[in-house]
Amino acid sequence: MKKQVKSALMWTVVGVMLAFMYVPILILIIYSFTDAKALGVWGGFSFALYADLFTNSSILGAFKNSLILAFASAALATVLGTSAAVGIYYLRKWKKTTASFIANITMENAEIVTGVTFMMFFLALRLPYGWTTLIIAHTMITVPYVILSVTPKLAQLNPNLYEAGLDLGASPVKSMLCVVVPQLVPGMLSGFVMAFALSLDDFIVSKFVNGSVETIPVYLYNALAKRGADPTLRALSSVLFVAVLAVLIVLNVVTEKRRKAQFTAK
Amino acid sequence: MATVTREKFDNIIEIKNVTKVFDGITVVDNVNLAVRRGEFVTLLGPSGCGKTTLLRMIAGFELPTAGSIFLEKQDVTAMPPHLRPINTVFQKYALFPHLNVFKNIAFGLKLKRIPTGELDKKGKPVYRKFTKDEIAEKVERVLKLVGLDAYGHRDITGLSGGQQQRVAIARAIVCEPKVLLLDEPLGALDLKMRKDMQSELAAMHKNIGITFIYVTHDQEEALTMSDKVVVMTDGAVQQYGTPKKIYDEPANAFVADFIGESNILSGVMKKDFCVEFCGAEFKCLDKGFGKDERVDLVVRPEDIAIDAKRGMLEGKVVSTVFKGTYYEMEILAADYQFTVQNTVDRAVGETVWLSVEPNGIHIMKKLKTVNEFIGTVVDETLVAFGGGEFEFVNDGTYQKGDAVRVKVPFDKIELTDDEEDGSVGANVTQTFYKGSYYQVQVYTDDDADFFIDTVDEWDMNDRVGIKIKPEDIAVEHTESTELEHAQAADAADASAQAETEKEETEGAE
Amino acid sequence: MQSNLIVAGAKPQKKLKIRGVKRSAFALPYLALSVLFVIVPLFIMLYYAFTDGASGAITGANFVHFFSRPNIMAVMGKSFLVALITTVLCFLLAYPLALVLSSPTFNKKLILVMLFVLPMWISSLLRTYAVKIVLYMLEVSNAWVAVTVGMVYDFFPFMLLPLYSVLSGMDRSLIEASQDLGASALTTLFKVRLPLSLPGIVSGVLMVFMPTVSSFAISDVLGDTSTYMFGNIINQWFANSGGWNIGSAYSLILLVLIAVTVVVANKITKGRTEIGGVL
Repeated sequence: MKKQVKSALMWTVVGVMLAFMYVPILILIIYSFTDAKALGVWGGFSFALYADLFTNSSILGAFKNSLILAFASAALATVLGTSAAVGIYYLRKWKKTTASFIANITMENAEIVTGVTFMMFFLALRLPYGWTTLIIAHTMITVPYVILSVTPKLAQLNPNLYEAGLDLGASPVKSMLCVVVPQLVPGMLSGFVMAFALSLDDFIVSKFVNGSVETIPVYLYNALAKRGADPTLRALSSVLFVAVLAVLIVLNVVTEKRRKAQFTAK
Repeated sequence: MATVTREKFDNIIEIKNVTKVFDGITVVDNVNLAVRRGEFVTLLGPSGCGKTTLLRMIAGFELPTAGSIFLEKQDVTAMPPHLRPINTVFQKYALFPHLNVFKNIAFGLKLKRIPTGELDKKGKPVYRKFTKDEIAEKVERVLKLVGLDAYGHRDITGLSGGQQQRVAIARAIVCEPKVLLLDEPLGALDLKMRKDMQSELAAMHKNIGITFIYVTHDQEEALTMSDKVVVMTDGAVQQYGTPKKIYDEPANAFVADFIGESNILSGVMKKDFCVEFCGAEFKCLDKGFGKDERVDLVVRPEDIAIDAKRGMLEGKVVSTVFKGTYYEMEILAADYQFTVQNTVDRAVGETVWLSVEPNGIHIMKKLKTVNEFIGTVVDETLVAFGGGEFEFVNDGTYQKGDAVRVKVPFDKIELTDDEEDGSVGANVTQTFYKGSYYQVQVYTDDDADFFIDTVDEWDMNDRVGIKIKPEDIAVEHTESTELEHAQAADAADASAQAETEKEETEGAE
Repeated sequence: MQSNLIVAGAKPQKKLKIRGVKRSAFALPYLALSVLFVIVPLFIMLYYAFTDGASGAITGANFVHFFSRPNIMAVMGKSFLVALITTVLCFLLAYPLALVLSSPTFNKKLILVMLFVLPMWISSLLRTYAVKIVLYMLEVSNAWVAVTVGMVYDFFPFMLLPLYSVLSGMDRSLIEASQDLGASALTTLFKVRLPLSLPGIVSGVLMVFMPTVSSFAISDVLGDTSTYMFGNIINQWFANSGGWNIGSAYSLILLVLIAVTVVVANKITKGRTEIGGVL
């Protein structure tokens, strides 16, 4: 009896908190199916907002830009971050501390400070704001997350693998690429996904260095904070919510399944 | 009969028919155990044998799926752990890292309420907390006991494994529990430290007089420290007795194999005090087996004598390894590879003669778990054996009149109160308490013997019905020539079984 | 033949290096780029912060500006208050949930944990927009309430994750030891679980408090100029090119505050286990 009460209480906590997290999102999605201009007003069911969304060229352009930027910077960050993770892992003493400190700067720092330092730096370099600056900035702020997800895989690695490669005649770079890197692929993949998601999500750093290139988050910020909420945003938000949730859930389920499969294989 | 004898002693813990099932897997299988006040009892067994689960049920961290646990005659099965006067020394100590040594030890004392001796208006006893001074004094005293006098202010993380171990023990015994549970407490220590702690623990047990229940998979630890050892495997108790008894008279091949190094052989009892194995007859100290009964026997490596010329068995040295104070040799004799320990080395390939003194041979009843009968197929679905007709699963190869060999495991037979509910009626002749279940022997009117393993106790001369599920009856074809032989062996088996069971039950108190 | 002998007091051989086998060299590309794109920009900010925009002369005026403006100090004070309230509310909501999710009944239900952490990956702008609609429907007109609710909603997963990590990673035998020594469930919570979850609490606070202070979008979307956070002020200064020097000074102050909190947090959790993520 007491156990049942406890269990009911626990489920209540979980249920209330789930509602707290997801009811706002649900409401937003529901109201994306009405074309009423004002917030929270039901003007009858309609796909009008979605029709608007898929014909709005600036949104579609921003969407394309976001994807290209996320893909490019995540790819770069994965290469740089994996190499950095390996290097930092084998550094010792003060060198390791210093390197870890450097890698932590952009993670610990307020995004707005990171953003403005990039802005001032690129101006000093006379580098015009645009694709180049965006890719550099996004790569630099996402590398630490790749390092974070690769390092645990390194810890599981047999420390002699790299040496075995050298011993069998591979050059250091070759030994790293052909022997060590394949072991790190799972960590690199999750690092890539993380970097991709972070880049797709970023508007603070982007808004300082984007020049004329508009990404989805920058578009959203401008629309929400400056232009006043355009009803099309409801449709856009809903699409993004559902897309991100779907991708993440699939990703988690797949990795969980693989983890379980590995577990049972052992 | 076992329950009667148990009552005579002052049992502090009694475990009755306790079973624990996790996710459909039976981890502890119908265990019965009584621990006497002040004893040092060790639960010994390979990992996964259920010993830790049993300990956790005594501590209150797990609720048994079935059965009860009594502490001083009070049923504590469902009592939450913080209300039990039992404390635990955890496997990896489980010291609180946010508290120093003193505060770890004082943790339980601060929560304790002791009667003041006065009564309130309603006549209920008044309780109070320990004062600061009392706590300080108790902690100091117990720190001294474990040899950590000046360590009170130390951080837990800075202590060595051995020191953490002592703090864990101090933290548990300072609460003055009625029973102290120790869950492989020495497992994380290195060999030297482990040896030291073993003798210290044993000494501590003598000094403070608390009942210890100790879990380990290390047989040497169990034998050197305990008053009593419970050998477990597959969630069931195999043997419960003093270390000496368990070493000298293992109840079965599992115990013999698990305790110490041993040569386990199959033999045949030729007559009382005489056993045949490896083609030779040996004198032994065991009697009461049936003539020509097949038995298991144990010969410890140190009990085998080697001579260049004289002995019972001729063998060849296969290998020899120096073990510090003796040589351990593998010697092949009569197709069995004996492990032999001797202070004199023999060259590999050398021919030697082996002999064993009578007191070096320990005879064990062969573990029998299946009833065997010779029966006849009555029709497509019925087979007759043991004086009754039973439904069985016919794969189509058995025809009416076929003579068949029938096997039924002891634990697949159900006894019914009403004779009419069974396929055949029978009388109970004996009931043996096997430590975790009862083995009941019955005979039918046709004088066929059945052995049944059951959780229920049956009284002698009870009239019962025997019921067997069709799928539990294994049937195989038999040559009619085998018939007589099998029947004879079966009868011999059964009577010998009865003899040894009797001895065992008496011996186990 | 005799080279194996080590002669006492012999001069150690000159440091030999085997070329090219050092794995640590693989850190170099990123570290070099970091120096260029992260450290150098910080120095540029430092330069801006200590110079005068018009003349380029070295000056401390940008900092004097900060400390001499009562309205700026008021914004600072309010930012910290909102951050404090947000952090406390996040903790009060997240700790019981983390306890439940890490309990034996739930710890196999990873999908539930995932559901709570997933919103971390959804743009904070989108989630703020969702909150805006709900607040509008609930007719919440107080801008401060709206901003605080938005902050709590936004940062909640960042508090939950480290708390869940530390609680689910906690050695269960410690909890059992506490019960074994006579502590009830409540006593165990306050005397064992709470103190032992300190690293998680610290890292949760770290992930909520300063980010709240330095945020600007939530106030932009849900509040008005009266609800400016410290981040909004910095954002304002950088919005026109004349404000970069003062903006840099403000950014530097924010940076120092963040550094202080990180150092303090590391001090508190020193020697304790690191907190891992779930996703």
